[in-house]
Amino acid sequence: MTGLPDTALSASKSAQLIAGPAIGSGLLATKTSTVAPYFARKRRIRLGHVVSRIILYALVLTGAVTYAMPFAWMLSTAVKPGYQVYLVPPVWLPDKYDWSNFWVPWNNLPFAQFYANTTIVTFFTVTGTLCSSSLVAFAFARMRFRGRDRLFLLVLSTMMLPNQVTLVPLYLLFTKLGWINSLLPLIVPHWFGSAFHIFLLRQYMMSTPLELDDAARIDGASWFDIYWRISIPLARPAIGVVSIFAFTGAWNDYLYPLIYLNETKNFTIALGLPLLSSRYVTEIQQTMAQTVLAILPLILAFFLAQRYYIQGVVVTGVKG
Amino acid sequence: MAKVTIERIPSVVKPLSVRQTEERLAYLFIAPWVIGFTIFTAGAMLFSLYISMNDTDLLSTSEFVGLGNFAKTFQEKLFYKSLGVTFTYTMMVVPIGTLVALAIAMLLNQKVEPIALWRTIYYLPAVVSGVAVALLWGWVLNPEFGLVNQGLRLIGIQGPRWFASEEWAIPGVVLIAVWGTGTNMLLYLAGLQAVPTELQEAARIDGANAWQVFRNVTLPLITPTIFFNVVTNIIASFQVFTTAYVLTQGGPNNATLTMVLYLYRESFQLFHFGYASALAWMLFAIILVFTMVLLRSSSFWVHYEGGLRR
Repeated sequence: MTGLPDTALSASKSAQLIAGPAIGSGLLATKTSTVAPYFARKRRIRLGHVVSRIILYALVLTGAVTYAMPFAWMLSTAVKPGYQVYLVPPVWLPDKYDWSNFWVPWNNLPFAQFYANTTIVTFFTVTGTLCSSSLVAFAFARMRFRGRDRLFLLVLSTMMLPNQVTLVPLYLLFTKLGWINSLLPLIVPHWFGSAFHIFLLRQYMMSTPLELDDAARIDGASWFDIYWRISIPLARPAIGVVSIFAFTGAWNDYLYPLIYLNETKNFTIALGLPLLSSRYVTEIQQTMAQTVLAILPLILAFFLAQRYYIQGVVVTGVKG
Repeated sequence: MAKVTIERIPSVVKPLSVRQTEERLAYLFIAPWVIGFTIFTAGAMLFSLYISMNDTDLLSTSEFVGLGNFAKTFQEKLFYKSLGVTFTYTMMVVPIGTLVALAIAMLLNQKVEPIALWRTIYYLPAVVSGVAVALLWGWVLNPEFGLVNQGLRLIGIQGPRWFASEEWAIPGVVLIAVWGTGTNMLLYLAGLQAVPTELQEAARIDGANAWQVFRNVTLPLITPTIFFNVVTNIIASFQVFTTAYVLTQGGPNNATLTMVLYLYRESFQLFHFGYASALAWMLFAIILVFTMVLLRSSSFWVHYEGGLRR
């Protein structure tokens, strides 16, 4: 549907369409509707409707431009040659595009290694979260065992703990294990299930009828079969949401890598990126180009799985 | 229904053993979480409590000081500084973020096509959080050549020095957080879409103007969403770290020394692990108190359609 009112709409329908705070004129039309003749009523609604829609679109567009502007500014800076960056007033399109910003920093810092590390961490975080959380969630959602509900409450309560409390003990634990300066501390904890993802998957798995399991049991399926062949395929949307959240979380994570990794060759991209603006002479166009590269996987994932993102946020209320 | 069927199975196959295998398998299935919880949560918390009662760098020295570390927090000027910074940040980011997210959601709720496009634009900043956003905004808020100050210069305003000034560093961090408010916006949008239009329609027929409809019909019905967002936002803003650390390392002159940044500095830069653990528990306590107060307050202003309100 476009911003123009559909003439076929009834008066009440179009009043409903423009329901909201900014629209006094639409309201007026509804009020007079009981006395005004049919055509006059319709005209007034359309005029008020058009004006309010224009205002509405102007507002939405202004906001969207404002929100998109930092991204545009980043892209614009990323393709500028150095001498075009510090101009007053600024230029949005440089007179010459400098694509070297995307690869020159790779000569000074091991970006390939950063991406390899980040990929390893992200991959094993996502797989670990999926394997462990889905299994735990399945037991909580479909099986009977003593203490189940009380244990599940415990799972929920751990979601509220701020992880700062365990920061130091975990650091000590991983030091004792000799895992500091390796990717293990970033990966291994995720193989033990995360409360948030267990909760999300459990809620979803609860929504399929229990008779399904019973039928499978009677046909001789084991509990693992039910988990693997029934619950997991049926929970695919929730699995999608969990994957996306785990992926974004691992890719964006900063505090844990900062604590556990201290040699440049082990850095993830989140740790490597700021090196551009501290250790070497800051070439902001290069920093911006590398930032574009670093967020590219996130943006791609978002566009490929937008449905899961939106659903996940709305259902759980939390971003991953 | 479901229960009846379940009860029937044991009588079909061997009664006891089926139930027992189920239980044993279930324990096996949840074992990852139980082990993880024991080590990474419960064990770690107990150990954190123990460390917090010691003056230790975890390497050479360790001295039991009881509640000394907790008492010490109240004497440290930087503790009050970090508390002040965190509170200021929270007091700014929560109301502003709520208003902005709610405003965008209300605009998008007016059936502005193509809704998917607008929603994506407004939500995208929330996808890209952390370091990348910090670096991006460091450049956008560059005092001389940044987008914002260049824009302000166009209309004749000399922009602030943002992360180079004590007064404007925290507002800068707030600005970044508000830009990334997409998650809240989506939730408000979902909340608004769940408000039955008949109610608004009815109010309008009764002569309510647009503001009255919003104030007396729409707003009460989305208070549960507002409540949820405010609680999660407060918890998150008490733990703000990455933006402040990447952009300023807590400066200038500790103007952005948030509580987590202070904690990080004390533990992983100065190796005061005992004191830092005490700080972590203080932070936990503060978050807990705020959450409790909000939960208590909810019965006065949060409207649940089911009728929890008394």
